[in-house]
Amino acid sequence: MKKKSISYAKWGYIFLIPFFVVYCIFALVPLVQTFYYSFIEYYVDTGTVSIFNPDGNIVDNGFCGFANFKEAVTGKGHFFSCLGNTVILWLIGFIPQIFFSLLLAVWFTDIRLKLKAQGFFKTVIYLPNIVMASALGLLFYSLFINNGPLDSVLGGLTDKPSLMDTIWGARGIAGFINFMMWYGNTTILLMAAIMGIDTSLYESAQIDGATPTQTFWKITIPLIKPILAFVLITSMIGGLQMFDVPTFIAGDAGYPQGKMQTLVMVIQTGKDSSVGLVGAISVMIFIITAILGFLTLKVMNDDGSGKKKKKKPAKG
Amino acid sequence: MPRSADVVGESTGQTSLLIRRIVAYVVLVALVIISLLPFWLLIVNATRGKVQTGLEFWFGGSLGGNFKVLFSDNNQTRYGSILASFGNSFLISGLSCALSVYFSALTAYAIHVYDFKLKKVAYTFILLVMMVPSQASAIGFYRFMIKLGLTDSLIPLIVPAIAAPSTFFFMKQYMDSSLPLEIVEAARIDGCGEFRTFNSIVLPILKPAFAVQGIFTFVSSWNNYFMPRLILSTKRTIPLVLQSMKSDIQGNPQAAHAGAMNLYMVLAILPVIVVYLILSKYIIRGIALGAVKG
Amino acid sequence: MAQLKKVLAGSFAVMMAATMMAGCGSSDSSSSTADANNAGNGDSAAPAASNENELKDLAGADSTKVVNIYCWNDEFKSRFEKYYWPKRDTALWDGVKYHFEIIDNKDNAYQIKLDEALKTQANDAMKIDIFLVEADYALKYVATDATADVKGVIGLTDDDLKEQYKYTKDVMTDAKGVLKGVSWQATPGLFLYNAEYAKDVLGFDEPEKVQAELSDWTKFEAVAEKMKAKDIFMVSGFDDTYRCFSNNVSAPWVKDDKITIDPQIKAWVDQTKKWTDNGWNNKTSLWDDNWKAGQKIDGKVFGYFFSTWGIPFTLLPNTLATSKEDGGKEEVGNGGYGKWRACAGPQAYFWGGTWISGCATLDNKDIVKDIMLKMTCDTDIMADITKGEQDYTNNKAAIKKLIDGGYKNDFLGGQNHLALLTEAADKIDLTNKLSAYDQGCNEKFQGAMKDYFMGNGSYDDAVAKFKDEVTKLYSNLSM
Repeated sequence: MKKKSISYAKWGYIFLIPFFVVYCIFALVPLVQTFYYSFIEYYVDTGTVSIFNPDGNIVDNGFCGFANFKEAVTGKGHFFSCLGNTVILWLIGFIPQIFFSLLLAVWFTDIRLKLKAQGFFKTVIYLPNIVMASALGLLFYSLFINNGPLDSVLGGLTDKPSLMDTIWGARGIAGFINFMMWYGNTTILLMAAIMGIDTSLYESAQIDGATPTQTFWKITIPLIKPILAFVLITSMIGGLQMFDVPTFIAGDAGYPQGKMQTLVMVIQTGKDSSVGLVGAISVMIFIITAILGFLTLKVMNDDGSGKKKKKKPAKG
Repeated sequence: MPRSADVVGESTGQTSLLIRRIVAYVVLVALVIISLLPFWLLIVNATRGKVQTGLEFWFGGSLGGNFKVLFSDNNQTRYGSILASFGNSFLISGLSCALSVYFSALTAYAIHVYDFKLKKVAYTFILLVMMVPSQASAIGFYRFMIKLGLTDSLIPLIVPAIAAPSTFFFMKQYMDSSLPLEIVEAARIDGCGEFRTFNSIVLPILKPAFAVQGIFTFVSSWNNYFMPRLILSTKRTIPLVLQSMKSDIQGNPQAAHAGAMNLYMVLAILPVIVVYLILSKYIIRGIALGAVKG
Repeated sequence: MAQLKKVLAGSFAVMMAATMMAGCGSSDSSSSTADANNAGNGDSAAPAASNENELKDLAGADSTKVVNIYCWNDEFKSRFEKYYWPKRDTALWDGVKYHFEIIDNKDNAYQIKLDEALKTQANDAMKIDIFLVEADYALKYVATDATADVKGVIGLTDDDLKEQYKYTKDVMTDAKGVLKGVSWQATPGLFLYNAEYAKDVLGFDEPEKVQAELSDWTKFEAVAEKMKAKDIFMVSGFDDTYRCFSNNVSAPWVKDDKITIDPQIKAWVDQTKKWTDNGWNNKTSLWDDNWKAGQKIDGKVFGYFFSTWGIPFTLLPNTLATSKEDGGKEEVGNGGYGKWRACAGPQAYFWGGTWISGCATLDNKDIVKDIMLKMTCDTDIMADITKGEQDYTNNKAAIKKLIDGGYKNDFLGGQNHLALLTEAADKIDLTNKLSAYDQGCNEKFQGAMKDYFMGNGSYDDAVAKFKDEVTKLYSNLSM
C-alpha cells in the first residue's frame, strides 16, 4: 500500500506538468521580462526596419535604474493622469452599478415583495455582460459620432460639438456602457450573498415592526459587507484593465485631451517602441493589482470569521 | 388592544407593499429597456442603409443589401475574409475553451486527489497568480512572442488557456463539493489506471462545472480584443475587424458602410446570445457559485 | 421562469426572422452592389476573370507561384486588376496567382504589421514580392535593406523611367543613389470649388477669375468673409488646409532624432484657429460625415483642397445626389456632377503619393518588373488610368498626349484641369521635406490640435499632448 501511494504522488506531479509548463512559457517568463524591461533603457526605432538585421532597430542601453518609472510618472507615461482617467471611468460605471445592484438584489430576495418573472429579469440584466465590449463600444461610437443617428437627435446638426467630443460626454458614454455591462453581474453576486443570510433574522425583524429601510441598513448591509468589499475590489481590478470600451469610443490617444486614456491603452500604444516605459507602467499596474488582490484575500478571510461571530449572538 | 394596532399596521403595510411593488416593477422595466435598447438599435441599424442619420426604431429594408455588401469581394479585400474572421474567432474560442476546462480539471484533480510534497506550494502558487492580470505582463508577452516568431499566429491566443488559474480554482471548488475520493479509490480497486480514471470516471462527474466554465472561457475568448490586437497582424478575429470598420468610419468614408457594419456586429454577438439564452439558468447560478465560495 | 426565458429566446429568433423578411421583401430596391466599397469607384467593372487568379488564402501555397502584395487600401488593387491584368505578360503569369494583404493605415498599423512581416522574410517560406509605401513614411523604407533596387535588381532602365516626374524618383532614391520604388501617380494639389456658390457670391465661376480672387491667403480670407455673409463655409474643417502648409515646410518633422514644429505647421494652427473662431469652417475633421456632407452641391461649403486622387476617390462619389449603389449615374444632372471647378489655390502643394516597392527577398522578380513597367512606365496604360480614374499619372508623355488631344473633364464642367495639375506638379520638390516619422507626426499633431480648435485647452496643452503621444510612438525621438 505504501508503495502504491508513492506511485500516486508521481501522478500528482505528472498532472501538474501541462499547467506549469504552459504557465511558465506564456505567463511567468513574460512577467519576469516585463519587470526586466522596466529597469533597462530599451526602445525600438520604428522609423527603420531591416530584413537581414531584424533586431537592428532595437536600442538596449542596459540597466537604467528607475529612469523608466520616472518617465512613466512625470514624463510622457502620464501614469497618474491615466490612472485618474481609469478611476473616473470606473467610478462613473460603478456608482450607479452598485446602487441599482443593491436595489435589485434586495427586491429580488424580499420575501414579502414576491416579485414575479425574476428569471426573466435576471436573464435580461445579465445579458449585456456576455456581449462583446468592443461591439458595444463601436455601436455607441457610431450612434454618437458627429451627425450620427443619436447625435442628430440630440441636436448634432447644430453648431454644438457631439457629446463624444466633450470630456464628460465621452466619459459618460464609456461609463454608461460599463454600468450596463456589469450591474447584472453584481446584482447576482449580491443576491447570492443576501440569500445566505439566515431568514429567521428577517422574520424576527418583521415581527419587531422594522421597516424595509431599517432591515436593509441594520441587517442586510452589515451582513453582506464582506461580499460588498469583494465586489468593490474585484471591480476595481477589472476597472484597472479597462481597454476595449474607451478605445472604441475615444481612440488610442483618448480623445478629447487624452482624458479617456486608460493605463492599458498606454501599453497598447507604446508596445512597439517605448518598451522600457511600458514595462514600468505594467509593473505599477501589477503592484496596484497585487495590493488590491491582497485586500480581497484579507476580506474573504474576514468573511468566514465575521459570519461566525455575527451568527452566534443572533442565535443566542 | 394590541390586536387592533396589528390590524392597522397590516393594512398600511399592505398599501406600502403595493407601492413598493409598483416602484420595483417600474424600475425593473426601465432597466430592461436600457439593457435591451442598444441591441434593438443594433438590429434595426443592421437593416438600414450605408449612411444612417437619425434614430429609427423599426426595421429598414436594406438587410439583403447589407448581406451582399458585407460578403462582397471588395469588403473582404478591405477587412479580410468575413468567414475567416468568424473561423479564427471560433477556432481560438473553441480550442481555448476545450483546453482550458480539460487541463484546469486535470490540474485541480492533481491537487484534489494526490498527496505529494509540493502540493501546498503548487496550490498556493496558483491561487497567488490568479490575481495577475494578463495586461500587466502584456509587453513581455508581446516581445517574447516576437522572439519566438509566434506573432500573427493563433498559438499564443490558444495555448495559454491550458494554464487558467481561475478556471482551475472553480474546478477545485467543484471537486471539493462533488467529487468524493471514494470514487477514485473504487476505480483504483477495479484496476483502472490513473489517467483513465480521470478521463472516464471523473470527467463525467464534472460535466456541470465544464459547462459553466466552458461558456465563460468561450465568451471571454470570443470577445477578447486586447490579446488578438497585440499578437495578430494579417489574421483577424471579429473584434479586429470591428476595429478596421471603426477606423474606416473616419479614415475612409467611401468604404464605411453602417448597415453592413451593424449587421456584422449582430452576427458577431448572436451566437453568444443564443447560447446564453439557452443556458442562462446554469450561467447565472455559476456566477453566484464562483463568487460566494471564492 | 423557464417559460419566460423560452419566450425571450423565441422573440429573439422571431426578431431576426422578421429582419430577414424585411430585408428580403425589398432587397431589390436596395441591392447595394458590391462595388459600393470600391475605392476607385469609377472602375467597378473589374474583369470577373481576374478573381480566379486571386488567391485569398495563402495557406500551403508555393511562394514562387504567388505574387504577394502588401498595401493599405484597394486603390492599387483596383488599378492592378483593371489596367494591368488585361495587359500582363501571360507567359510569366502562367500558373501564378496574386494575393493582396490589406492592412489598415491608421495609427501606423500598416507600418507596424509590414515591419513584423519583413523582419521574418529571410526565413519565411512565403515571400512578400511587392509592398506599397506612402509619402509619409516612404523614406523609412528607402533607407532600409527591405526594398529592392529598381534598376540594379528588378531591371528597369533609365529609359523606361524617363517620363516620370523627377520628384517621384528623388523621394525613392537612397543616399547611395539607388532607386527603391516607383509610382504611377504624381500628386499635385488643387483647390476644388463649388461653381454655384462662386457665381452666387463672387458673381462669376470661371477658374481663372476665381483663382485671381484666391491667389494668396489674405485674399482667400477676404472671400471667406463674403461666403460667411451668405452662410457658406469657406472650407469644411480643420485639416483641409493642412497639406498646403505641411508640404511647404522648411525642414522635415524629424532631423537627428529631434522633432521640431516647423513655422509653416504653426502657421496652419494659427490660421485654422482663426478660421474656426471666425466661423469660416464647419469644424469638421477630415473624412467625417459632416465633412462629406459639405461636398453635396448644396452642402454649404465653398471648396476643398484635394490632390489628384481626391476627385475620384472622394469628391465625385460624395457630391452625387443619387449614389452609384442606388443606381445613380456619373453624369451631369446627378447632384454636383459637372458643377465643381478646380483652380490652383493660394499655395502650391502636394498631398500623398503611393509608391510600389519590390521587397528585397522577392521571388517573382520578372513579374514584379512587368508590373512596374506596365503600371508606372507604359504611356498608353498611364493615359487610360488618367481617363478612367482621373488620377494624375506619373507620365509626362501620357498627360501631354491627353492635353494635346483636347482633354475635357466632365465632372469639372469640361474644364481641363490637367494643365493646372501639370503646372502644380512641376513645382513639387520634396528635398528636405520628408522624414521617416511623418505619418505618426502628422496624425498625432492633427489629433492633438483638434482639442485646441474645439476650445479644449490651450495651444501649449495641445503641443504637450502631441509631444507625449509622438514620443511614445517613436521612443527614440525627443522634442
